[in-house]
Amino acid sequence: MGVVSLHPVDYIARTREQYDALGYEPYRWAEWPEPPAWTPLAKPVEESTVALLGSGGAYQEGQVAFHWQDDTGIRMVDTAQPASDVRVTHFAYDLLPAREDPNIVFPVDRLRELVDEGFLGGLAPEAVAFMGGIYSVRRAEEELTPRILEAVGAMDVDLALLVPV
Amino acid sequence: MGLVARALEAAGVPTLCLTAAHSITAAANPPRAAFVDLPLGYTAGRPHEPAFQRDLLRRAFDAFESIEAPGTIVDTGVRWSDDESWKHTASSGLNNGVVSAEGDTRSERTPDPQYQYESDRLAAEGA
Repeated sequence: MGVVSLHPVDYIARTREQYDALGYEPYRWAEWPEPPAWTPLAKPVEESTVALLGSGGAYQEGQVAFHWQDDTGIRMVDTAQPASDVRVTHFAYDLLPAREDPNIVFPVDRLRELVDEGFLGGLAPEAVAFMGGIYSVRRAEEELTPRILEAVGAMDVDLALLVPV
Repeated sequence: MGLVARALEAAGVPTLCLTAAHSITAAANPPRAAFVDLPLGYTAGRPHEPAFQRDLLRRAFDAFESIEAPGTIVDTGVRWSDDESWKHTASSGLNNGVVSAEGDTRSERTPDPQYQYESDRLAAEGA
């Protein structure tokens, strides 16, 4: 599994320090200490159809782009089109590299290739794209999450891969 | 993303979260997560390196099959490079290095659609 040293950047601590230095109110991260729900895989990955969900703000030409003020909408992105046709918009990460190669936040080309080589069973025809960085947990729960559940519920998929930024 | 994963899993869809932000994911406590030691904004790999990106995803799906306990974060072993100096300049988890103790230079959070290209705006408004 490659290099084993594990010293992840502690973004929570770093954000806390930076907000404090700027005189901001402390940012409150979402915390759910209760154990998460659990659904076992129904079949091996190589037989499973995968739904891609990405919070990097992807959209496609013809769609209204995300705005940058707690946009709780979703966009359904055609996974048959090359990633080079996917657009990204987001207020809170460096968009330049992702616009050069959208696969780094929305890996549709790579997932198609894994299907082609037989590593995955299939890829859902549409991916669910949304924009993270919604500062209201309540709005994420009450507006965004139901839209995602409805979209994925309408798909015939076996599992979901979630790619945040 | 942890919130979405928890809700999908409760609705009967198995989920795996990729994550480059270990502490944030640990707090959100999704059912399954695969950690990659990459800067924010590069969760699925380095740009224009398809072999690196495919390897990352294969490791993530291996984690999907291997995790047995809810709330597990597997370290995929994926690293940006042997040189970890990027971590010193990596900034807030709210953004990719544009807030620091020296100042807040985040993009204004406007309520208007933010198109990548002007032609996208025209296509959307004409649609």
